[in-house]
Amino acid sequence: MRLPCPLCGDRDRREFYYQGHALMLERPLRDAGDAAWDNYLHNRDNPAGETRDLWHHEAGCGAWIVVTRNTVTHEVLDAILVEKARV
Amino acid sequence: MRIAGRGFNRCAPLVTFTFDGQSYTGRAGDTLAAALLANDVRHVARSFKYHRPRGMLTAGSEEPNALVTVGYGAAQDPNIRATTLEIYDGLTARSQNAWPSLKHDAMAVNDLLSPFLSAGFYYKTFMWPKSFWEKLYEPIIRHAAGLGALSGETNQDTYEKAFAHCDVLIIGAGPAGIMAALTVARAGADVILADEGMAGGGRLLSETYDVNGRPCEKWAADQLTTLSNMENVRIMTRTTVTGAYDQGTFAALENIVLGNPEAPKECFWRIASQRSILCAGALERPIAFPNNDRPGIMLASAVRAYLNRWGVAPGQTVTIFANNDDAHRTALDLIDAGVTVAGVIDSRAGALALGDYPMFAGGQVIATKGRLGLSTITVLDCNGTHDIQTDCLAMSGGWNPTVHLTCHMNARPTWSEDILSFVPIDGAIPKMLVAGAARGVFSTLGCLAEGIAVANNTLRELGLIESQIDIPTAENSTYHIEPLWQVDGKGRKWLDFQNDVHVKDIVLAVQENFRTVEHMKRYTTQGMATDQGKNSNVVALAVLADATGCGIPETGTTTFRPPYVPVAIAAMGAGSQGHGFAPERHTTSHKATLDRGAPMMEARLWYRPSYFPKPGETTWLETCNREVAMVRNHVGICDVSTLGKIDIQGPDAGAFLDFIYCNTFSTLRENRVRYGLMLREDGHVMDDGTTARLGLNNYIMTTTTVAAGQVMTHLEWVSQALRPDLLVRFASVTEQWAQFAVAGPKSRDLLNSVLDTTIDDENWPFMSCGSIDVAGVQGRLFRISFSGEHAYEIAVPSRFGASLFRLLTAQAEAMDGGLYGMEALNVLRIEKGFITHGEIHGRVTANDIGFGRMVNQKKDCIGNAMSQRLGLLDINREQLVGLKPVEKTGRLTAGAHLFIEGEAAVSENDQGYVTSVCYSPTFGHDLALAFLKDGLKRHGNRVLLVDHLRDVQTWCEVCHPVFLDQKGELSRG
Repeated sequence: MRLPCPLCGDRDRREFYYQGHALMLERPLRDAGDAAWDNYLHNRDNPAGETRDLWHHEAGCGAWIVVTRNTVTHEVLDAILVEKARV
Repeated sequence: MRIAGRGFNRCAPLVTFTFDGQSYTGRAGDTLAAALLANDVRHVARSFKYHRPRGMLTAGSEEPNALVTVGYGAAQDPNIRATTLEIYDGLTARSQNAWPSLKHDAMAVNDLLSPFLSAGFYYKTFMWPKSFWEKLYEPIIRHAAGLGALSGETNQDTYEKAFAHCDVLIIGAGPAGIMAALTVARAGADVILADEGMAGGGRLLSETYDVNGRPCEKWAADQLTTLSNMENVRIMTRTTVTGAYDQGTFAALENIVLGNPEAPKECFWRIASQRSILCAGALERPIAFPNNDRPGIMLASAVRAYLNRWGVAPGQTVTIFANNDDAHRTALDLIDAGVTVAGVIDSRAGALALGDYPMFAGGQVIATKGRLGLSTITVLDCNGTHDIQTDCLAMSGGWNPTVHLTCHMNARPTWSEDILSFVPIDGAIPKMLVAGAARGVFSTLGCLAEGIAVANNTLRELGLIESQIDIPTAENSTYHIEPLWQVDGKGRKWLDFQNDVHVKDIVLAVQENFRTVEHMKRYTTQGMATDQGKNSNVVALAVLADATGCGIPETGTTTFRPPYVPVAIAAMGAGSQGHGFAPERHTTSHKATLDRGAPMMEARLWYRPSYFPKPGETTWLETCNREVAMVRNHVGICDVSTLGKIDIQGPDAGAFLDFIYCNTFSTLRENRVRYGLMLREDGHVMDDGTTARLGLNNYIMTTTTVAAGQVMTHLEWVSQALRPDLLVRFASVTEQWAQFAVAGPKSRDLLNSVLDTTIDDENWPFMSCGSIDVAGVQGRLFRISFSGEHAYEIAVPSRFGASLFRLLTAQAEAMDGGLYGMEALNVLRIEKGFITHGEIHGRVTANDIGFGRMVNQKKDCIGNAMSQRLGLLDINREQLVGLKPVEKTGRLTAGAHLFIEGEAAVSENDQGYVTSVCYSPTFGHDLALAFLKDGLKRHGNRVLLVDHLRDVQTWCEVCHPVFLDQKGELSRG
């Protein structure tokens, strides 16, 4: 498997650390309440199809990136820096 | 038997090797199989289950029968295919799966017992009595099972792994692969042309026709020379592409020529490509007729390969049994070489002879004879039965395209009625195209033309200009085939030669309702041997389809999985054994530490000293006790460079740290140090450490040794993803600074003996830091303590680490002090109640360790919101306490659980658990840190420590976790 790091180009997946869904970018406010924080931390969909995950180019440039990929076909559709992925 | 003047290696030098202790001569370029056949050795193996005599079935990597063991002792390598093993001077090969000898094999009795050993017999037998399974049945079965044997010694051979990159990977260097490579290479793309053979050419190395007016093997060699002279082409021979993976990544196994003890044996490649072209060719399949497994019965294409490529006739009187035109070529080539062809049995009623040989059109082979090798076949045709004396039967049930790689990402091939086999579907592997016989195009001209066409399609996809290349002239015969999967008749008709599966086994599976292909496979073990059923699967499917009454397309195939050929784990894990298993990180004091005889312990990748034994000390505890007393009374030195150090700079560095730590750092004065606690977003403790403010916009954070990487990743995450608004940059400087703890009442005096300017308590109070000079080198000094004593940590750039360590050690020893290791460090910190990851193990909160008030509620930070969850604030949670044995000699053990008096020591009554223990020479008894339910309120209570594993029960008194100097007067003083 290879991932296109926006800074370094195509790299072997061994250079990356996998974190989880890109929902982690949408951190609730401190007083958003237990339900919002519970969702943020624990509840994830498990889609058969497109998903956006966080990867850290740990053995490369250190960038955190959002990778859009398809869990069924393993196709990697897009990768951008987390800074640019924030809403 | 070698035929004079034939074989492409006929002029090659002679090579001497042994097989089963007998010395033989072959030619360089021979496979072991070719060289043995040249010496008329055709019985080379015993089968897996029934120990039937077997010879070579094929001439390639798909071989199911001819597996041998090479070498002895640590270098012993079992299950090597004789059909791909190149011989070399000194090669020692042995047959396997036979005792006492290949000719007289005791286990051949299994063959007589075969009515009792049918498919699934082990599911039905060995059921009772139950206790016999472990003691009797399983040991016997394990002894009897298995192919070949390992020596049990550590393998000393070297293996390698490597990466390669290209625009276009071409898999297979036969006619299609060569033309594809020429086409792509001329357009300027970077090409890797990989082929599993010792030379490229594929089937062209085994045939006698012309391509472009040249003998085909010479034409192939010419093209490969052209390609190898191109800078953008890399030809990888002896390299089998074993798997297709995501994003154009392929695995490949390179066999490096054996016999060279200096060279690695195999290299495991990962090849990253933009595009790939599969030109893997096709494999011939056998026909299931009674006793079709005798040595001397082989595939028609293999007979042709041995004859044309190596100049070896596998028999003196050869017969051919086929259902297609292609096999007739074998007859023509044999006659041309002067070998007798006693008949061609073609199951097609209307088949015509293509040359001067006896023809049995519409005939079938219904029986064979010959105990250790074929001697006679019985043919049935419209004129009745005929016995024919023959020592070699060349069979062909047709050809199967090598679709394996196209199925590695879950695609299934489709059935083609034209060639009676499975062909790959388009788009099975992203960015891969298939050309030639692998797609079911069997004429040479067709393969050459397809290679060019598919390569041009690939160039278009890459945005490159297509190459104009003429198609060479070549044979363009049509492939005619009629179905013939099995022959009626008495006797076992073998399908999977390696796992000894025959037609009746499949029928039995269907009778017992294992009707789907995947069930049949598992019930019979069809296709589950090391050859993965490359020859046999399609025939077995046809037999299954016949038995169930479903068609072959409806029956479908089993799943093709990588690797295509067996890959040694040693190759995939090359370089990762022994010291290569994980990188080793050494401190600047590593050598000096080893010189003092200190045993090392691992802390993640770092190596740290356990203790520094002195002459006369016999146990680690004796040394540890001395080192603890030395620090408490005099002074000790310890390398603490392994703790993570992160240099944090920028105008928002303080604000960043306030967000990372649960307590506040923006208010920390310059030249001061503060203890910080870091939470995870879920409110549990992540890590702790001290962070110093070196300047207005400059902090240096320390992490624990084990969490350094995790914390760095966390800081990157927070800064890039959550707080990109903050102007802050940071870098790990763990390896740039050597840092040593100087601890004990004499620590200040020791430092003053080495520093260029002396320090005093007024200017260097507890938790201060700043620049110092030591022997002219600028360093940093931190007045911090992990021992509870008056202590410092001194840091210098790593290149001065070794000399500073020497200097500090010498000074300490002159003051009745010296070095201390991790054991003493652990005792010192437990006496003082300092936590490590033994305590902050991922499930504890700041409250649990008594630091709840550090979570500043005036600001947000990572973990702040969730740390206030009701469940995490519950007063009944387990809280950090100290434990002392009621009796001074009482033993405390880590991992033990705590119980109340009168309650049974079972998990329902669990009150808590012990995280760290030590024997404290300061107090003269064991001490422990533990988590106890509602522990803060239970100081002074008694609890029972129970360790079921070590059989320990000790009454303990619960106390404050800080055993020594609760007010901190020693470290502040």
